[in-house]
Amino acid sequence: MTLEVEDLQVHYRTMKGDVRALDGVSFSLADGEIVGLAGESGCGKTTLGKSLIRLDGRMQHVGGKAVLDGAELPIGDDRAMNTHRWKEVSIIPQYSMSALNPTRKIGKMIAELLRSRGKSYREIKGELVHRLELVGLSEKVLDNYPIELSGGMKQRVVMVLSTLLDPSLLIADEVTSALDVTNQKAVAETLVRFRDMGFVKSMIVVTHDLSLVYQIADTIMIMYAGRIVEKAPAETIIKAPKHPYTKALIGALPEVGLEHGDERLQSIPGKPPQLLNPPTGCRFRDRCPLASDECAEEPPVVAVDAGHEVSCWKAED
Amino acid sequence: MGRYFRRKLLIYGLTFFIAVSINFAVPRLMPGDPVARMLTRNSVSNLESSEAMRGYFNDIFGLDVPLWKQYLNYWVALFQGDLGVSVFAFPAPVSSVVADALPYTLALLLPSILLSWIVGNAMGAMAARNKFLDNGALPIGYVLTAVPYMWLAILLAWVGGIILGWFPVAGGYSFALTPAFTWTFIVDLVHHWVLPFLSLFLVALGGWAIGMRNLVIYELESDYANYLQALGAPNRLVRRYAFRNAVLPQVTGLALQLGVVVGGALVTEVVFAYPGLGSLLLNAVSNQDFFLLQGILLFIVIGVLVFNFLADIVYVLIDPRTRLGLEGGQS
Repeated sequence: MTLEVEDLQVHYRTMKGDVRALDGVSFSLADGEIVGLAGESGCGKTTLGKSLIRLDGRMQHVGGKAVLDGAELPIGDDRAMNTHRWKEVSIIPQYSMSALNPTRKIGKMIAELLRSRGKSYREIKGELVHRLELVGLSEKVLDNYPIELSGGMKQRVVMVLSTLLDPSLLIADEVTSALDVTNQKAVAETLVRFRDMGFVKSMIVVTHDLSLVYQIADTIMIMYAGRIVEKAPAETIIKAPKHPYTKALIGALPEVGLEHGDERLQSIPGKPPQLLNPPTGCRFRDRCPLASDECAEEPPVVAVDAGHEVSCWKAED
Repeated sequence: MGRYFRRKLLIYGLTFFIAVSINFAVPRLMPGDPVARMLTRNSVSNLESSEAMRGYFNDIFGLDVPLWKQYLNYWVALFQGDLGVSVFAFPAPVSSVVADALPYTLALLLPSILLSWIVGNAMGAMAARNKFLDNGALPIGYVLTAVPYMWLAILLAWVGGIILGWFPVAGGYSFALTPAFTWTFIVDLVHHWVLPFLSLFLVALGGWAIGMRNLVIYELESDYANYLQALGAPNRLVRRYAFRNAVLPQVTGLALQLGVVVGGALVTEVVFAYPGLGSLLLNAVSNQDFFLLQGILLFIVIGVLVFNFLADIVYVLIDPRTRLGLEGGQS
């Protein structure tokens, strides 16, 4: 078991009160597993990704824990987390295009970063060049400034840099969002290749693009309003979803090769609830076509099948 | 790169030409006649000798030829280092009058601009990462920049000169001394220099500090800083990068400040009766001294151009982004 997250709660401190962006999230990640984390904007996907590596200034670790390779991650302690970062947990950020210092040559920046973490650039350089070549970049990019590279090239540099120290866990946060379709495919395939070659042990791919994550993930988790509502093998989530929210998400996807004709894609009516004062009971209740009285109670997590868990009263139906 | 500098040089050359031409025209467009003024000063009542003197002065100042010829003569003389004869300090040549005043201005402004830049940037960068310091340094910075510098100068003269009596309030050196390369004179010079220097230094300090603080905070919140921290980079490295990137706009600001170094402290020099170019400029204007005015303005123009050109060069050296823009980097 690589990662075990238990009842993780992370809040945003605001003037109006705490926004419960993560409100009791539990899941586990096996060695070599790629988990896709999907959901609408504002459901807490990015917060979950960030929580495992670096809370930003407004985020507060309220409860729960994350255990990586048998050792607990000091999530709330920015300084203690430093020793784990990059070496054990790493991230490919949403903003790969602007993640590199614009006034340093890429090679020099990597060297300085490695040195600051007590690693020798000279020893690692061979592997670095090898991996750059693997993603189709030549050694020459090390002598370039970031602005000399295209967006896609910068993204690949960041992918290589983030995984350079072979972390156990990689968080890929919306890595494909800013790319065109061909690049998206290439990036997704690179992620799988990195896993296959053992550069990273396991991976959480945060995305709002279900169709993309379906192609690379072993397991998909669907988040809604700060909680995980369904977790199942990728195939099952797409073909046989149980939670009404998952069904609605999938219903909103266009399907290739299908004649839609006059039929319109389904969108999900309404908006996700405010997380400042989240409603009690099932949080999807207000938008759910199946909602009934029992949904005013918190739904239990039900294991409907092997590796398929749903938080819904109607899951058994 | 070479093409860039050639183009820059061309632009600066053109600017110089236009500035010098305007410089030639402006005093001649001012109301009043300097020769008539000199005649009144000499109070010549005899009409004949008055005419003779008018002819003499017109000849000396080169005003007896048509305007276009004056203009050509002006350029020719300029390249020979001849800036004409001063009316107000007649018969001293303008170049020597300016050369006498220039060291005072430079000695006052260069240290105050450079030191306030260095200290202000260091203070701003420190304030950006320390809340305690920020709460203390920032309000002081705001007060300092908001203070009109002549007011601060008067305040300093009053406190340091009158109340405490530590420093003299006027002049570049004691009237009892004659300029000489002796310890007594140098100490006296420094003694007179402190108050005007402080007034300029303090006012500029606040501005640099506030600017730097905001820039560093902005850089520390940028994507690359976040990414470095996510990869566990120590604060030292992140701050170093942030500082380096934040200082770039400050370099431009410094160059602009240095550009006006030559004529920049007019009011301060007037308050402290400091014998620099500022005081000289005021004298030139009030005496309708065409040639002195032209000479001083010429120095100011050259100063602005030279320092701006230096800033261009420095900027290209320290910021790869400008460099690549020039070379048409691949993307």
